[in-house]
Amino acid sequence: MSSSRFVITVIGLDRVGIVAGISRVMAEHNVNIADIRQTIMTDLFTMIMLAEVKSENFDLAAFQAAMTAIGKELGVQVIVQHEDVFRFMHRI
Amino acid sequence: MPIQPEEILETIKMVATEHLDIRTVTMGINLRGCCHPDIKIFNEQVYDHILSCAENLVRTTDEIQSLYGIPIINKRISVTPIAIVAESCRADELVSVAETLDRAAHEAGIDFIGGFSALVQKGITPGDLKLITSIPRAMATTKKVCSSVNVATTKAGINMDAVALMGRIIKETAELTGERGGIGCAKLVVFANAPEDNPFMAGAFHGVGEPDCVINVGVSGPGVVNAAVRALREPSLGDIAECIKKTAFKITRMGEMAGREVARRLGAQFGVLDLSLAPTPAVGDSVAAILEAMGLESCGTHGTTAALALLNDAVKKGGAMASSSVGGLSGAFIPVSEDEGMIRAVQRGSLSLDKLEAMTCVCSVGLDMIAVPGDTSPSTIAAIIADEMAIGMINKKTTAVRIIPVPGKQVGDLVEFGGLLGSAPVMPVHNFSSEAFIARGGRIPAPIQSLTN
Repeated sequence: MSSSRFVITVIGLDRVGIVAGISRVMAEHNVNIADIRQTIMTDLFTMIMLAEVKSENFDLAAFQAAMTAIGKELGVQVIVQHEDVFRFMHRI
Repeated sequence: MPIQPEEILETIKMVATEHLDIRTVTMGINLRGCCHPDIKIFNEQVYDHILSCAENLVRTTDEIQSLYGIPIINKRISVTPIAIVAESCRADELVSVAETLDRAAHEAGIDFIGGFSALVQKGITPGDLKLITSIPRAMATTKKVCSSVNVATTKAGINMDAVALMGRIIKETAELTGERGGIGCAKLVVFANAPEDNPFMAGAFHGVGEPDCVINVGVSGPGVVNAAVRALREPSLGDIAECIKKTAFKITRMGEMAGREVARRLGAQFGVLDLSLAPTPAVGDSVAAILEAMGLESCGTHGTTAALALLNDAVKKGGAMASSSVGGLSGAFIPVSEDEGMIRAVQRGSLSLDKLEAMTCVCSVGLDMIAVPGDTSPSTIAAIIADEMAIGMINKKTTAVRIIPVPGKQVGDLVEFGGLLGSAPVMPVHNFSSEAFIARGGRIPAPIQSLTN
């Protein structure tokens, strides 16, 4: 693992408050947003965020559970993955 | 270059809808330090040593699974072939060792443990014989233990005494687990040129040239390859090969990254990445479906061997470019019961045992998870094994036979094994006898290909 950066993907039907809800939970877990992109792909709201974690004691499992919970509340799917999975798969 | 949203979504789609997964993280454990003449002490040492190596295996793989968002389906352990480490035990049989492995597997929380094995390609030692004759009861009394016997290599030829013996052992194993469809045979495989670092079951064992503790990773993804091939518009076969190669490359890179991280966290050496298209009963996660996507009406028809050769080779090339640690079996698996497309092909009459045998010449393994009538004779089973071993020996490749003579079942019946093992349609075998041929015993000499020095 070369860094503590995570890709957060949010997929679902567009509605008011998705960005606000997701970023509130991120702030609560002290997770910084390094980059954010948002598109509508095949009628679905898709938001991809690059998140940075500075804290040594970051609890990934708790953060993932909180993100899944807020996703459920907002009716969207939230996936939190370490960025390495994409770097290794798509870059040499 | 930053990762593009399309690339992120491609990876997510592979997992969410195309069944991409790390099929297994298999920890290889050396048991050579456990030898003892007293089998009770031996068993205690085996149990303690396995748990001391593997106590964090499941927790660590679970952590990696959530870190990367890639499912890790099975956690497994392979050990040094028990016939070797139990050779010095003063005991008539080795069923208690299998039971010890089973207990250790339950305690460690893993799915399967492999290595109730013997390597007898050139001859059978007393320890080998004790192990082999213990297989039927070991398979009947344990749940998670897998057994394998290597009866042939390109260097040594085929030990036909061992082949004949395995015909009888397979029958006995099926009968002892008859009320469960002969499921004992689903955990038993006969090999030619068995790899020493294979993470897949039932054939995994920890070879004698391996390090003390090693992590081998098996990555799968027939569903991903199937979807990628089907997305092409009017492709030539060259286009298909290129597409499979690229897809295999991506899957392999992902698997190696995850495997290295598991090994690092466990303080074990990283061994090999085995990229094998291992189908599951899920719709679309099928090797047969890939062959059909290339333009065959039904798997097993003329052209199937050529299509499979293209697939197997493209998978290897993609994998070899992606990782310097490709090993194990790496290629395409064609287990009948575990592949929804293969089951359908058998049921509609397009796929026969003879065609499967031809396909094994160009795929990575062999006759796998094949159910045959319960009254199939031991010599016919031995002859099926001998054919498959000959293919492996001559072509310098691994071949294997995992065959289930299902007690009380006839051609056309369907046997349910459940889970990843799926369900197997009972297939016909030839009715002409091979008895006299198998009864001759002895050895089929190593072929001219073996004289490479």
